[in-house]
Amino acid sequence: MSDLLNQLAFGWFPYFAITVLIVGSILRFDADQYSWRSQSSQFLRRRQMTIGSNLFHMGLLVLFVGHFIGLLTPVGVFDAVGVTHSFKQITAMVVGGIAGVMALVGATLLLHRRLFDDRIRRSSSVGDIAVLVLLWLQLVFGVASIWWTAQHLDGSEMVQLMGWANAIVVFDAAAPGQLAEVAWIYKLHIILGLILFTITPFTRLVHIWSVPIWFLFRPGYQIVRSRHPIGKRRDIPAGPSLPGGGQTVARQASESGGSGA
Amino acid sequence: MRIRAQISMVLNLDKCIGCHTCSITCKNVWTNREGVEYVWFNNVETKPGIGYPKDWENQDRWQGGWTRKANGRIIPRQGSKWRILAKIFANPHLPEIDDFYEPYTFEYEWLQKAPELQAQPSAKPRSLLTGEVINKIEWSGNWEDMLGGEFSSRGRDYNFEGVEKEIYGQFEETFMMYLPRLCEHCLNPSCLASCPSGAIYKREEDGIVLIDQEKCRGWRMCVSGCPYKKIYYNWSTGKSEKCIFCYPRIETGQPTVCSETCVGRIRYLGVVLYDADKIEAAASVEDPKDLYPAQLGVFLNPHDPEIQAEARAQGIPDQWIEAAVRSPIWKMAMDWKIAFPLHPEYRTLPMVWYVPPLSPIQSAHEAGKISAKDGMPDVRSLRIPMRYLANLLTAGDEAPVASALERMLAMRSYMRAKTVEGRIDPSIAERVGLTQPMIEDMYKTMALAAYEDRYVIPTTHREIEEDAYEMRGSAGFAFREGSGGDSKTNLFGGTKRTPKKPYMDVPT
Repeated sequence: MSDLLNQLAFGWFPYFAITVLIVGSILRFDADQYSWRSQSSQFLRRRQMTIGSNLFHMGLLVLFVGHFIGLLTPVGVFDAVGVTHSFKQITAMVVGGIAGVMALVGATLLLHRRLFDDRIRRSSSVGDIAVLVLLWLQLVFGVASIWWTAQHLDGSEMVQLMGWANAIVVFDAAAPGQLAEVAWIYKLHIILGLILFTITPFTRLVHIWSVPIWFLFRPGYQIVRSRHPIGKRRDIPAGPSLPGGGQTVARQASESGGSGA
Repeated sequence: MRIRAQISMVLNLDKCIGCHTCSITCKNVWTNREGVEYVWFNNVETKPGIGYPKDWENQDRWQGGWTRKANGRIIPRQGSKWRILAKIFANPHLPEIDDFYEPYTFEYEWLQKAPELQAQPSAKPRSLLTGEVINKIEWSGNWEDMLGGEFSSRGRDYNFEGVEKEIYGQFEETFMMYLPRLCEHCLNPSCLASCPSGAIYKREEDGIVLIDQEKCRGWRMCVSGCPYKKIYYNWSTGKSEKCIFCYPRIETGQPTVCSETCVGRIRYLGVVLYDADKIEAAASVEDPKDLYPAQLGVFLNPHDPEIQAEARAQGIPDQWIEAAVRSPIWKMAMDWKIAFPLHPEYRTLPMVWYVPPLSPIQSAHEAGKISAKDGMPDVRSLRIPMRYLANLLTAGDEAPVASALERMLAMRSYMRAKTVEGRIDPSIAERVGLTQPMIEDMYKTMALAAYEDRYVIPTTHREIEEDAYEMRGSAGFAFREGSGGDSKTNLFGGTKRTPKKPYMDVPT
C-alpha cells in the first residue's frame, strides 16, 4: 500500500470517522430525537430473534469492551503489571474468538431474517440492511484474523496495532507508520470499523448511545411530570361568579344551551 | 398527604350495545397512520372471549402487571430492573403482531379497474406489512363479535376461573356482554415502571399516562409490562404508542372522542382526588380481593372541607375541586358503589372503571320458582355468572358485584313503582342500603344520562404555564412530518419505504 493511501486510511480517516461519529450523533440527538430508537423488528417476527439477537448483542458487548481495553491501554501498563504480550494475545484470541463466533452466529441469523423474511425486508430501510451487512462482514474479518494472529504468538503484531490506536488517541503523527507492516486482514478490519463509526449517526446504530443503564438508578419505579413546580399553587384567574357554582357549572350551563362561560 | 387530581372514566356496561362507534372514532382520529394500522387505542370485545390481543388476560404468558414478593413489596411481574434490562435484546414476553392481527386493507381499486372477467371482481385482503394477498384473516380487534367462533376457543377466557364453564357452551345456556377497553391510566402503571428509558410518565395535573415520543427508544418493555395490553409498538416508527385519553380535548373541557361519540351514553368522565402517598401501600395489600377496597381508600372525599382546604393549599385549582365535588365518577364508585376497576389483581390501580351489566334470567322455565322482589329477580339467577363478573372486576369477590347489581335492579323497581304504579316506595331504596334521593340521582345520572351529568371536566389552563407561540404548527402524532402521512427525505434515515401500494395480481 502506498504511503499516501496508508496516511489517508490510518492517519486521517480515523479522525474524520470519530469526528463524524461524535458531532453527527450530537447534531442528530439535538435535531431529531424522534428518529432515535433501536427499531427492533421483534414485534413483526419473533422467529430467530430470541437466539439471534441475544447472541449478537452479548457477543458484541464482549468484543466492544475487549477492543476498548486491548487497544487503548498503553503497552507500558501491561508491561508494568507484568502481563506478557504473548499471554495478552492468547487471552484476546480465546475471549475474542468465543465472543466473535457468538456474535457472528447471531448476526447471520439476524441477517437471514432481515433479508428473507418478507415482513422484515419490506419494512427495512436501506440503512437497516446496510448496517447489518457491514457488521456481519466486520465480524467475519475479525474472526478470520484469528488465523493470521495465530501465525505469531509473540504478540509483536498486536503491539503494532496497539501502538497505532494509542498514537491516534494522543494525536501522534507517526500513527499510520505503525501499521505499515501488519497483515492486510487487520487493515481491512480497521477500515471497515472506521466506516461503521462514520455511518453510525445516520443509522439505527445510534441506539448504542442510549443503553438505558440509568434505569437501574431511577428511584422507585414511577415517574410523574408536571408543567409547573409540584405542590406550588397555580395562579389561575377566577372565572365568572355565578349563583350556585363556579366555572364548572358555568361550562355545563353553556353546553346545555344556557348562558355560561 | 399528597393530593392529586385525575380525570377518570366509568363505563356503564349495562347500557353498552356493542356498536363500536367509540373504536371507530378513536381509530379515525389517532391510529390511521402507517405502523399503527393494527392498533385500536379503544376496542370493544365480546365476552366471554380471549380478546385482542389473543389471551391478553393471561399474565402467566405475558407477565404484565405487578407481583407481590414474600417481603410485601411489589415489583413488575416481568422482573426487577435488572431482570428487565437483561431482556432488552429480545423480550421473551413480547407479543407478536399476529397476536393482535396482521393489518390488512382490501383491493378496492381492483373493483373499479378490473377488465371484463368471467366472474365478479372481488376485493381481496392485502397485508399492510408485506403487500401480499392474505388468504385468511385470522384475528382482529373484535374477532369474537357476538360470540363468534367455537366455544373451545372462547372458553379459554381467563374469567371462567372457578366457573363450571361447560354448560355455557350450549346455545340455550350461553351468555354474553360487551367490554369496551382502553388504557386504564392507572395510579400505579406497570408500563411506566417497565420503561428503561423513562419515556412514560403520568401527568401530575390530570393523571393521564403518556409516552414521550422523543424519549422512547423502542426497548418495548412497556408492551409486555402493561397487563391490559394497551401499549402498542409502532413497527414503522419504532416507538410505542398508547391511548392519550384525548388530552387535547380533556384540557379544553371536552370529553374524549370515544365518550363524545358513544351512542349508548355509557361513558362518564370526572375528577377524582386521591392521596398519592397511599398508592404503594394500596397496591401492595396481600389478598388480591382487598385491592378493590384498598383502591377506594386511596380516593379522597372532595365534599370534606378539610380535604378541600388541603387540596387548595397543595395547588389544585378551585375549578378542579368544584368538578371533583360534582364528579359522576365519585358518585358511582364511592357513593353508590356500582362501578369497579377492571382486573384489580394486576395491582396497577386502574382508573377506568366499569358498571357490571344486568342480564336476563338464566332459565325461563324456572322463572316462576325464583324469588322475586318488587317484580325483579334475584341477582344470582341472572344469566351472566356472578363469579365471571367478579373475576373481571373484583379479583373474584362476588359480594360487591352482587350488591351493585341489586342496587341497579332496585333503581328499576323504584322507578317502575313511581312511574307505572304512581307509588313512591322508599323501602326499595333502603333495602339495598340507599336513600330515596340517592336512587333518584342514580336514575338521573345512569338512565337519563344527560351530557352535563356524564361529563364534568374542568379545563387546564395551559396558557399560563406554556408559551403557545413555540408550539405553533405542531400536528399531533405526525410530528415534524406533514400531517398527511407523507415522509420527507432527510439527512438521517432517508425516506420511508412503504408497502402501501401493492402490486395487483389478476384473478381469472
